[in-house]
Amino acid sequence: MTMLYETQRAMRGMRKAAMQRGVVAVLDVGSSKIACLVLRIDQSGATYQGDGAGSLAGQVGFRVIGAATTRSRGVSFGEIDSMPEAERAIRTAVQAAQKMANIRVDHVIACFSGAQPRSYGLTGQVEIEDQAVSEQDISRVLAACDVPDYGHHREVLHAQPVNFALDHRSGLSDPRGQIGQVLSTDLHMLTVDATAVQNLAYCLKRCDLELAGIASSAYVTGISALVEDEQELGAACIDMGGGTTGISIFMKKHMISADTVRMGGDHVTGDISMALQIPTAHAERIKTFYGGVVATGRDDLERIELKSDTGDWNHDRRDVSVAELIGIMRPRVEEILEEVRHRLDAAGFDHLPSQQIVLTGGGSQIPGLDGLASRILGQRVRLGRPLRVHGLPQAATGPSFASSVGMCLFAARPQDEWWDFDLPVDRYPNKSLRRAVRWFKDNW
Amino acid sequence: MQPLIATREATPVTAVKPSPKAPPKPPSRREAEKPRVDPAPSRAAYRMQRVMLTPAYRLTLRVLLPFVISMSVVAVYMSDADRRDAVVLGLQDLRNQIETRPEFMVKLMAIDGASTEVEADIREISQIDFPVSTFDLDLETLRTSILGLPAVADVGVRVKQLGVLEVTVTERQPALLWRSRNGVQVLDETGIVIGDLGSRTLRPDLPLIAGHGADRAVNEALELLRIAEPLQDRLRGLVRIGERRWDVVLDPDLRIMLPDDRPDLALERAIALHEAQDVLNRDVSALDLRLAARPTIRMNAGALDRWRQIKDMVVETGN
Repeated sequence: MTMLYETQRAMRGMRKAAMQRGVVAVLDVGSSKIACLVLRIDQSGATYQGDGAGSLAGQVGFRVIGAATTRSRGVSFGEIDSMPEAERAIRTAVQAAQKMANIRVDHVIACFSGAQPRSYGLTGQVEIEDQAVSEQDISRVLAACDVPDYGHHREVLHAQPVNFALDHRSGLSDPRGQIGQVLSTDLHMLTVDATAVQNLAYCLKRCDLELAGIASSAYVTGISALVEDEQELGAACIDMGGGTTGISIFMKKHMISADTVRMGGDHVTGDISMALQIPTAHAERIKTFYGGVVATGRDDLERIELKSDTGDWNHDRRDVSVAELIGIMRPRVEEILEEVRHRLDAAGFDHLPSQQIVLTGGGSQIPGLDGLASRILGQRVRLGRPLRVHGLPQAATGPSFASSVGMCLFAARPQDEWWDFDLPVDRYPNKSLRRAVRWFKDNW
Repeated sequence: MQPLIATREATPVTAVKPSPKAPPKPPSRREAEKPRVDPAPSRAAYRMQRVMLTPAYRLTLRVLLPFVISMSVVAVYMSDADRRDAVVLGLQDLRNQIETRPEFMVKLMAIDGASTEVEADIREISQIDFPVSTFDLDLETLRTSILGLPAVADVGVRVKQLGVLEVTVTERQPALLWRSRNGVQVLDETGIVIGDLGSRTLRPDLPLIAGHGADRAVNEALELLRIAEPLQDRLRGLVRIGERRWDVVLDPDLRIMLPDDRPDLALERAIALHEAQDVLNRDVSALDLRLAARPTIRMNAGALDRWRQIKDMVVETGN
């Protein structure tokens, strides 16, 4: 646990340094594209402390000054599988974004979607020492959470206190200063494969970048695609990416569960490529041009010319109707949505008071997807687009940039995580001054 | 990544007979796939760009480095005394070349409105060796030195076209002669000494004044001389007495002694007396008007004797 504290705190310190310098890059390492945004942080705007998002959804504090996207290489299922390729892709994106921003970026906040995230709900309970709840009590109650054995090859990505309860009052967001006896908390912990995080960190280190934070793609997509009342009342955000489909469930402005289906748009492309025996690039092209999930009579008439490069004239000069293409795409999309349904059920999404589902990500741009999704996932489905942020180029405002925009918001207004609170006194490394002061306080 | 449409060579429809020299063309074949160029920058290029985006490096490379290089080149070149002298000499040479261009040369001095002596004086004090460049000509100093000449009232100095230095002189006009212990001097109407005169006869047209401090009362003298116009043929001059009043000296040894207060009225009165009673033609040596209430006549010795004889005769007759 102390290890976790140290690495995450080091990253948080790095993030603070980046905020001081005023420039930070966010990097979305996806399976189909790698996007890099360079943010200029304005410290004066970041002081908003009140409840809710505030004016401009709390994004007054920063401005996007550089944006670049490149085709992803060496990344599959949201994890780096070929280090040099991924490193070069990251270099391409970062260099182009730096060039646009005309400033050097040293700190980067990265997100990735894969590495099999797993959610854990943790509870902790502790007796309050004084009458009122102090910072130390919160530290103690967080430390009192019984951490499950999540495996030694896994690492904690997020650990956010989502709820505090004091005696019999639950649903407190900030119990400090309140009077009670027993303080208990609910903690949402997200673990991922340690190797994926290490690979990403190593890749960024090879690019001379300092990792100033790391986030789950499902989480940051939820931040940007869900509107405020959806986050408050309970909603699920489905981020249909290239290699994976991320699921994040929000309640009371906190993520309470996250999961990933290891299927995405690339699989649809692969299906088309296999079924029609055409190159992947061409399959991707006809998927984005003609793809859909609901066939109509009109689609039988429209023919798509298939181009392949085998040298066999008969093979290279085929065409298919759009209805056939839809017939190939639909089962895979249905399969993905069914899998999402299972994951939502497993997370207990149907017990939430509001069951809003927001589809976003590049895969959500398939025409007719909302109709299909509402039949599988429930009636309350909408297509989500990310928030608008200052200075974002028009080309980067689509749903496929939801996680990039979410990273911006995450960088500007991070949620309190476990490691943001002080360590409880009795866990301090050997004999610090505070411990001595505390001993005096207790005895006199 | 494969391209969407493969490039193929067109199969020749008509069989071309191969020329004996050219080797037989290989049959039409698919071109080999060219490996796509990776858009990623190399590590070196990436690092170089990051270095160049660092503000300190950019400032150094764009401003500091060229500055230092150019300064050091200049310093190294200038560290040798010979080269430094050569550069300085070259600059001076260039400056000299420009200054001595014919457009900037003044070849002669034209003096307007000056008499011969004054012109000679001006030429002497200006001491310019023509031709001279306008850059070396200090017109203001020249003007001040010319103004220092006593005979010059005002002067304008300018360089005209075709290399002519034009000096326009306004001379002082001689108004009076002043006889003093130093000889006869010419005064203008403000009392400034224009020059010396060898003899009074050289300028018989100018009236003469004398006496210590007469040059400081030139205005009054001129006024008196104007009033004394009727006595022009007999007037010998004015004498300043005690630096406070005037005597009018007339030809046959006769003085009109004027008061220091309003001498003009007294002189007019004397002239009126003369016209009425012909006083000045009589045998008197002085007409004393210093006390306005009591004008006095000083008679000559002979006249006094005559007057006494007449008086005695009357007395004797009366006895």
